[in-house]
Amino acid sequence: MSLCHALASGMGGIRTAGDLVARMQLRKMRQPQARRYVADKLGVGVIDLTDSTLMRELRAELDIGVVTGVPGAAKGIAAKMNIAELLDVPVGCVEKLRTRTRRT
Amino acid sequence: MGDGHAVTLTADELRRDLRDGSEQAARRAHIPPLDDADLEHLADIFLHPGRVTGVEPGHEVILTKDGCANTLYSGQMSSGVGVPLSREQGIRVMERAFGFDTMEVGHPDYSFKPAKPLLALEQLTMEQAQLDCIVPLFYGAMPNMGLYYRPDGPFDNPADLLPDGRVEEARDAQLEAADRLRRDILYVARGMADAGADGIDLDTTASAGDAELLASLQAVEQIVATTDLAVEVGMATELVLGFHGGLEYGGRRLAGMWPHQQLAAVEAAGAHIFGPAVTTDTGRTSPWNVARACTFVKACTRIAEIPVHANVGMGVGGVPTVEVQPSDIVTRAGVALVEVGGADGL
Repeated sequence: MSLCHALASGMGGIRTAGDLVARMQLRKMRQPQARRYVADKLGVGVIDLTDSTLMRELRAELDIGVVTGVPGAAKGIAAKMNIAELLDVPVGCVEKLRTRTRRT
Repeated sequence: MGDGHAVTLTADELRRDLRDGSEQAARRAHIPPLDDADLEHLADIFLHPGRVTGVEPGHEVILTKDGCANTLYSGQMSSGVGVPLSREQGIRVMERAFGFDTMEVGHPDYSFKPAKPLLALEQLTMEQAQLDCIVPLFYGAMPNMGLYYRPDGPFDNPADLLPDGRVEEARDAQLEAADRLRRDILYVARGMADAGADGIDLDTTASAGDAELLASLQAVEQIVATTDLAVEVGMATELVLGFHGGLEYGGRRLAGMWPHQQLAAVEAAGAHIFGPAVTTDTGRTSPWNVARACTFVKACTRIAEIPVHANVGMGVGGVPTVEVQPSDIVTRAGVALVEVGGADGL
């Protein structure tokens, strides 16, 4: 059932920009506002956010994590450090990492 | 049908059921029914000849999910498929293979009460998962206040007291349980904030009625005031049951609240995402159930100031109450809740 919703209605997560828009919903932005915010930060149109071809290239360029296994690409929390900077929002686990490694 | 059996409807029967389902919701909750354009859009979704359907490009929404990876490794009681994966592996599969927008860590029993004594283990799983995954990670659990009553918990069971007419004792027991529940939710939430979770998901809220909802709202207030967690509140059903009957939040009686009224209370508590739940009637057709669910959800999305993620799992949101879901109805229900209900997510 989860897969049905992912294919029929979901944004696509890290295949596209779903994780980025989700981060803005976590800051109480409704979907149109969240999509617009992320599109502006990425410098693309709102319709491009779910274009898996375009987003695959853009995610690699921005080093914010890609869905395929690519050696050398930012993964996990490294990708989230870049996402926090790109979206200009704090990410809790990234802040914890900075504190624990005494980085600012 | 709402019980999963396949039926064939004529176009006229389909449109009749769509209108009837919407009008039933409107009458009960005193909310507007779907208009003619909405009903025709729903008819188009159901008349689509393909086995599965999808939203129009540009209409995609964010997915949050109760339990998440639990549905991979768990058993029948959670509609789980029994795949031998750890939670961490399951989260990676849901993120990288299924393209989910968010994920959760959740205890297999998926309630705050059993999660509490295992908090350290839950925190370790959260910390490890956060190192590995990219999508936002919630910790998810049900308030599930029924676990606090005898024989499972320390408090007298209102279901035993009420049939004996011991109303005040039943009310007192609910308030005692609610206070313990509030403290347990807060304890787990603060632990998850320490572990670097992005959010916490209170799932199936108010399953034990108005006292459970009160405890949950009070916990949300305190989570928002003392942590940086985003809070999602997903509901148990469309009407808050009045097992206590006299409880209020912000001057509004909790018992008898419909989804748009629940939304107002959840927003006032400071939550970040609201999840309305509309229970499926197994004796009605799926178009009837989907139209009814869309009517309740649209009454929320018209006024919402926070994202609305409509519940669309087994037995809610127009999805049949059946163990193995028919994909044609699941996809149509999701699409309808987004394109007609106006949901920001599912």
